[in-house]
Amino acid sequence: MNMEQPVLAVKNLLVKRGGATVLDIDAFSVNRGEVVGLIGPNGAGKSTLLLAMSKLLKAKRGNMYFKGNDIESGNGAFAYRRMLSMVFQEPLLFDTTVYNNIASGLKIRGMASSGIRKTVMEHLNRFGISHLAKRSARKLSGGEAQRTSLARAFATGPEIIFLDEPFSSLDPPTREALMDDLQRNLQEAGATAVMATHDQMEALRLADRIAVMNQGRIVQMGPPEEVINQPVDEFVASFVGTETILRGKLIKTGEGTFTIAVSGHEIEAVGTGQIGETVVCCIRPEHVTISANPPGSATSSRNSFRGRIVKISRSGFFYKISMDCGFPLVAYITSSSLENLMLKEETQVFAAVKATAIHVIKHSPSMGS
Amino acid sequence: MKRFKVFSAVMAAIGTVVLLSGITPAQAADTAQKNLILATTTSTQDSGLLDVLIPIFEKKTGYFVKTIAVGSGQAMTMGQKGEADVLLVHSPAAEKQFMADGCGVDRKLIMHNDFIIVGPPADPAGIKGAKSAAKAYKKIAAPGSIYMSRGDNSGTHSKEKAILKAAGINAEGQKWYQQTGLGMGQTLNVSAEKKAYTLADRGTYLAVKKNLGLDILVEGDAILLNIYHVIGVNPAKWPKVNAAGAKAFSDFMVSKEVQDIIKTFGVDKFGSPLFSPDAGKTVESLGK
Amino acid sequence: MDLIFEGIKQAFFLLLSFDREVIGITWLSLKISGTATFVSLFIGISTGMVVALNDFPGRRLVVSLINTGMGLPPVVVGLFVTIFLWRNGPLGFLEILYTPAAMILAQAIIATPIVTGISLAAIQQLPRNLRLQILALGATRIQMVWILVKEAKLPLLAAVMAGFGGVISEVGASIMVGGNIKGYSRVLTTATVMETSRGNFDIAIALGIILLLLAFVINAILTGIQQRERPR
Repeated sequence: MNMEQPVLAVKNLLVKRGGATVLDIDAFSVNRGEVVGLIGPNGAGKSTLLLAMSKLLKAKRGNMYFKGNDIESGNGAFAYRRMLSMVFQEPLLFDTTVYNNIASGLKIRGMASSGIRKTVMEHLNRFGISHLAKRSARKLSGGEAQRTSLARAFATGPEIIFLDEPFSSLDPPTREALMDDLQRNLQEAGATAVMATHDQMEALRLADRIAVMNQGRIVQMGPPEEVINQPVDEFVASFVGTETILRGKLIKTGEGTFTIAVSGHEIEAVGTGQIGETVVCCIRPEHVTISANPPGSATSSRNSFRGRIVKISRSGFFYKISMDCGFPLVAYITSSSLENLMLKEETQVFAAVKATAIHVIKHSPSMGS
Repeated sequence: MKRFKVFSAVMAAIGTVVLLSGITPAQAADTAQKNLILATTTSTQDSGLLDVLIPIFEKKTGYFVKTIAVGSGQAMTMGQKGEADVLLVHSPAAEKQFMADGCGVDRKLIMHNDFIIVGPPADPAGIKGAKSAAKAYKKIAAPGSIYMSRGDNSGTHSKEKAILKAAGINAEGQKWYQQTGLGMGQTLNVSAEKKAYTLADRGTYLAVKKNLGLDILVEGDAILLNIYHVIGVNPAKWPKVNAAGAKAFSDFMVSKEVQDIIKTFGVDKFGSPLFSPDAGKTVESLGK
Repeated sequence: MDLIFEGIKQAFFLLLSFDREVIGITWLSLKISGTATFVSLFIGISTGMVVALNDFPGRRLVVSLINTGMGLPPVVVGLFVTIFLWRNGPLGFLEILYTPAAMILAQAIIATPIVTGISLAAIQQLPRNLRLQILALGATRIQMVWILVKEAKLPLLAAVMAGFGGVISEVGASIMVGGNIKGYSRVLTTATVMETSRGNFDIAIALGIILLLLAFVINAILTGIQQRERPR
């Protein structure tokens, strides 16, 4: 992928807690200047991976390479720790002024106060908190405190920044503003970062690559589009918001296409496969279109289903339409579409999905779920 | 970081106090040879006599006296363990045993005063003016009275046991007989509060009587004599004992200077002396 | 009532006339209890730190021992210190029984579990991730411990107050190991006991009031710092 040596590479990492394996990573690497989003449900091991990568946690085994050099325990680990920064969900500020908080990492490194002053001023500015310099950290709002924490992390000029759910305890407008600031600063500093979040939207927005974690393992890693549209298994599919996950049997193959039987209905998808194979169809809700009348032959959608609306519910700024087409199917539409189509529960509708929008997983490892 | 400076300043201030105080074990050990541990009864300290005598002794000899005021019983226990150098006690029967056990050397008679039986002015047991202490105790032993014993193996407690024995009373566990476990002064205070009888040495009684409200009811019986001896702890038994210091203190106590001070001690404050000097006399000659 | 009034009058008289003996006793009380508190702070804060920051087998037992130690009866401490310091006891070679040093030792033993317990609680009530955050800022282990102490400084001031308050008002151990020797190991509490037993209630009350004033002034200073440090 990237020919340059990764900034950080992890191999065969194993972390146990109370005898149980909490983290088991075969390989994971972060390239220079990229932002990797770690997503997964609570307890998936995201925080543990961040702590292990920042050498704040003892691993049972495993090797870590910083720019190709093995980070050994002892002084190697200490020298490495001085090249990273960490931001937690709680701001974890010290009981002193904002200025002193941002200066703390530099003071720990024994920097001269003139140099500290210059750097702190610069970072106060970068995160828009210059007016708070003399304020006590105890008197900050949640957003101000997290800005201070971010400024403190950036002030030491880290080679890599680890962020553990940095926006989770903030209200949505503050979160938005802070994400913008973080994104800008990451770009300006050309910083490498790994950010854990349970919110896939955050990851989609900030990350160049996404790693999906479950039960201590990385189950999929790739660019956001790839993870979202081509999940490797049902777990990833549902975690990244694939509402419709259907199991079926491959019954017919054509020219670069095949047909899958799901509960007696036929779904056409793109790809190759063997007749008789058991497969899983993933249909993202934004890829399903709804119309009141049967679609004409002019439409490019190869799949069209007749169905009944079971439930209409709000989901963010969209409406989630759950249909029964002989199998459950979910679509997202805008409020204006909802009005135009005069959709109500129990309404009969036609749903269409392009064959190319159907992602088929073969031999899904989590079939049993 | 400015706030932290305040915190550091407080710490530094405490540290400075510590340094200024100059209390170090090394310093204490340095003067150890000169230290003399005097285990004595509470009465000698509570009466204020030692506050007068000790500074004179220290000035004269250069010894530093550590006066540990406890009951005579505990003072002798300290002597038995070699934890004191010299004793000033008033429990003759126990002292004789102490000497017989080879724990002490150089026992000298210093002074005496007397014990008195004190009680509430109303005197519910009607013992006032009794000539015999034993008879007075028999009256107190009747129901309706309370008697406070120190119960601490002090000289006073030993004397009380001797009188009870003479009177043929088994007081242990009786309702009228209560034990404080405290020193003389405090036992007098408790007795006053409880309107109880108690046995006291005259010195302590005179010293504390001003706020007390207890009267002298029985005095003058020969059995009530309170005799103080000084005893050196046997250095043959306990090599660490400061024998020279003990000898110096013992000699000091029988010196004319000290005996003269004892003769008049308390006159200015109480109108009569608290103790009678007895150096060179025999126990048998006292009270006659 | 008269007695108390007399005592208060006497207290002010003794204070205002700068009675040499009373000043000496007060100063000695301060020195001994101050030193003992200082010693207990060093031992207590470091022990509290070690226990708070490390996970080791038997940790729960150690924590219960510390908590039990917070209620250590002074006379029991006095008894054991006396036995150890006896000339013929295991530490007799030190020859410090009936000295201020022995009193400092006993008082430090009384105060150390108190300071340890409060320090332990103070460090444990800091956010769990704080020490990771400090390490992630590039701190050495020593720097981390130092920063944690600074972060917990308000509850640690409470430890100072509790430790000092515990030992300056303590009498059982002081009288046993110090001997209440005039001008040498006589402190406010032991002098109060002695004057009470001598029947000098007015002086005893006066000494008691001085002790109260002393405890009040020290705590007022520390509380003042603590309140100033707190967010308004």
